[in-house]
Amino acid sequence: MSADLFAACDLLAQYGALVDAAKYDEWLELFSKRCSYYVKPRENHELGLPAGLIFCDSRAMLEDRILALRIASKYNLHNDRHIIGLPRIVANEPDGISIEAPFAVYQTEQEGDTRLFATGLYCDRLERSGDSFKISEKLVRIDSFAIQTLLATPL
Amino acid sequence: MLDSSVWPTNDYSRVPYRFYHDPSIYELERERVFKGPAWTLVGLEVEIPNPGDFRASYIGDEPIIIHRDANGKIHGFINRCAHRGAIVRRELQGTAKDHVCIYHQWCYGQDGGLIGVPFRRGLKGKGGYGKDFDPKNHGLTKVRIDSADGVLFGTMSDKAEPLNEYLGEAILGFLSRVFRRPVEVIGYHRQRIRGNWKGFAENTRDNYHASLLHDFFRTFGLDRPTQVGGATMDKRHRHCVTWGRMENSHDAAKEAYGKEQVASAGIQLKESSMVKYIPDRNDDISIAIGSLFPSSFFIQISNSLATRQIRPRGPGEFEVFQTLLGYQDDTPEMRQHRLRQANLVGPAGFVSMEDGEAIEIVQRATKAAPNDVQVLELGGKGAIQDCDFRINDVPVRGFWSYYAELLGIEPADGVR
Repeated sequence: MSADLFAACDLLAQYGALVDAAKYDEWLELFSKRCSYYVKPRENHELGLPAGLIFCDSRAMLEDRILALRIASKYNLHNDRHIIGLPRIVANEPDGISIEAPFAVYQTEQEGDTRLFATGLYCDRLERSGDSFKISEKLVRIDSFAIQTLLATPL
Repeated sequence: MLDSSVWPTNDYSRVPYRFYHDPSIYELERERVFKGPAWTLVGLEVEIPNPGDFRASYIGDEPIIIHRDANGKIHGFINRCAHRGAIVRRELQGTAKDHVCIYHQWCYGQDGGLIGVPFRRGLKGKGGYGKDFDPKNHGLTKVRIDSADGVLFGTMSDKAEPLNEYLGEAILGFLSRVFRRPVEVIGYHRQRIRGNWKGFAENTRDNYHASLLHDFFRTFGLDRPTQVGGATMDKRHRHCVTWGRMENSHDAAKEAYGKEQVASAGIQLKESSMVKYIPDRNDDISIAIGSLFPSSFFIQISNSLATRQIRPRGPGEFEVFQTLLGYQDDTPEMRQHRLRQANLVGPAGFVSMEDGEAIEIVQRATKAAPNDVQVLELGGKGAIQDCDFRINDVPVRGFWSYYAELLGIEPADGVR
């Protein structure tokens, strides 16, 4: 495995573990200072429509999402479980790489029932930071058109 | 048997929970509400702009197609083959001269009429349909379509009043305010909620839940019930528009909630444009929600614009189908602002995600108590009338009143 691919795998493993543990500050640290984060259903992607379910075109907006999650949003009490598949490097550039990785997220609700919440594809631009990477762009493309119940915690 | 004795009061201030759960009530709603004399949002003219364009939609849980023919006229029909009941048009949208069912290739025109049937005369002189088989009697079931400022409504009933009369002045004015300027679709949101569809109709008619359930509003100062606003209904009180004006001071909110409840004194968003309203027209109304009987909704929350169509999926589940809009003449900056403010609405919306959870926890807890009732008396009991204040349940009672009329279960001397 190339060093870049290994570093990408490591980053994705940390990403899933931190969201699932609700360690959102540490999760935010995986992103670079200038970054974007979008969650978009496949329906909009295929029709070429720009709107997303979550649309953060700056780090400030991504931090606001986490702030609102902590102090304002009310949502179904649940635990997340990210299953992230192997990434594929789709572009190499001097200062970073672009990758795609499939994912599934299961949610376990208050009475202990687990359901498949979402599957999709991460389309990420990773920026080199020493020997590792930071996420400078993340597009979470969800396969299903509909969100079950609601979307509060990050995918 | 469901009859008028189901109502403990004649003003709908008490509503039994069985209306959220009973499968036989759901069957009645299908016949008397969704196939009854009501008009439902089915799409926008701008979604099928050219001759031949079609889109799939729903009225209640009935799948329909809206199709613009070669002359520009828009037709509607149920998307179920008149032969053996298959979905005829499987794509969600596209452009087509006709619709051919894949099962036995019955072919329908852009108006849903039957234009071709294989083996009609049989094969080599044997078989085929009888002489009494008239294609005119075997078209797709027609849905009447009409437009108000480019918003398309459909009805399956011959008895429905004309659309203008059904909507009434207040709703027509509300739609004109949003839609007279040409709109453009910028995306779709879909949300599956494990609840009863009427829970959503109630939710949007009760304006005060927003300030209590959706903490984002209060925390970041986007909207408060202390803003000047009100609820306006149509004459039959089946539809409702709730609205509020921009507010620039925290003082009134502090007085209403107590200082500690108004968190925005200390906490700010890093990206303040999320809560900035840039007037789209010559008024200062920053929030306006139109709730139309039975299942159509129109949302203006700041610069976020959307239509919402409820698609019931049985008594215990529905989909909220939301169409996000911008204006065709938006500047690039304004469009970006709208894409950002789309974060406010939908299943991940800062001021709407909670509705999914609220409706689901009602559904879960009421299942075991079909004869218990909810309490709807904030803002007054008895007569149903417009309010010049936002904190009230009155339009929710209006919804139930017309619902009872259509189901044929109005109590004696029931209010309207």
